[in-house]
Amino acid sequence: MTATADAPAEVGAIPSMTVTLKILRFDPDGLDGREPGSEYWEEFQVEAHATDRVLDALHKIKWDQDGSLAFRRSCAHGVCGSDAMRINARNRLACKTLLKDLNPARPITVEPLKGLPVEKDLIVDMEPFFASYREIMPFLMTSGPTPERERLQSPEDRAKFDDTTKCILCAACTTSCPVFWTDGQYFGPQAIVGAHRFIFDSRDEGEWDRLEILNDKAGVWKCRTAFNCTEACPRGIEVTKAISEVKKALTTGEV
Amino acid sequence: MSPATTLYRGHEGMWMWVVHRTTGVAIFFFLLVHVLDTALVRVSPEAYNEVIGSYKTPLYAIVEAGLVAAISLHALNGLRVIAVDRSTWALRHQKQLVWWVWIGFAILMLGFLPRHLMHAFGGA
Repeated sequence: MTATADAPAEVGAIPSMTVTLKILRFDPDGLDGREPGSEYWEEFQVEAHATDRVLDALHKIKWDQDGSLAFRRSCAHGVCGSDAMRINARNRLACKTLLKDLNPARPITVEPLKGLPVEKDLIVDMEPFFASYREIMPFLMTSGPTPERERLQSPEDRAKFDDTTKCILCAACTTSCPVFWTDGQYFGPQAIVGAHRFIFDSRDEGEWDRLEILNDKAGVWKCRTAFNCTEACPRGIEVTKAISEVKKALTTGEV
Repeated sequence: MSPATTLYRGHEGMWMWVVHRTTGVAIFFFLLVHVLDTALVRVSPEAYNEVIGSYKTPLYAIVEAGLVAAISLHALNGLRVIAVDRSTWALRHQKQLVWWVWIGFAILMLGFLPRHLMHAFGGA
């Protein structure tokens, strides 16, 4: 057997294409003669492969066309939760969204998350979001002496809150919630997911402290089961189900 | 002056939330008017008769059809929301339940509208 050299390099080659990204920009400083704080749509054309992600396209713009474009990203692999943004009118992680899944024939719209103050371009102030998370006390609360060895838990008990341990705090759920858009006082889906993770942990003893916080009128009762959070979660957490379980714990008094 | 942002592309759940809100507010205003027109009988029975009489005009027949539509939708979707809150099965099949709400709504309106419009416009 002789290997033939005429097999061209295109085998397995990924077709490339030109995609248009329409980005909602916010300029707090007023560069290039703009008013400080002006907001405008800007279109960019990018050469990309179908298997590229929206994040790759944003990188190409920032590195080759306009260095002033601002967005957050860190791990770029769907784990750190930095690059949640509104892509084609839905909250997604730019690093987990492939261009080919977005109908690249039409311009792809990219906007900052809704409901949080925009700082620059796609960067929003996450502080109100983190403040809600801190409020539900996302840490192990126990009483009595610390055991010598690890705190044991049965697989069944672990399974109760397995879903909500997957949260990466990207804010895609909270900023997809119609209630959160109009009422910034609402804790939002993420804080309830964070609370759920400890409320249903058999090793934790602070469940009623957290449930009392969420029993507030800005707590779980603000949920109107629109399911935007469940559909926006890049980790596939059943957010509405978690909220529902917290509601149930409050109405039955059983955890 | 900020440019228009896109409308969030939510799925069935979000749109049913919009429907529930809209019909809820509409029903609230109906009840407000209804309390006022009923209270009118205490002011003057003649005025009451006149106001109630105007409800028999074709314009109000159409408004009435809208009222029945709003109440049926709000009621059926309310049942869906209760189901979603109470059972995990309903929670996971909420989109399917949305279609059941619309099917139920269609059946109710198909039963109601012909009869109602016959009364209003048939001269019977």
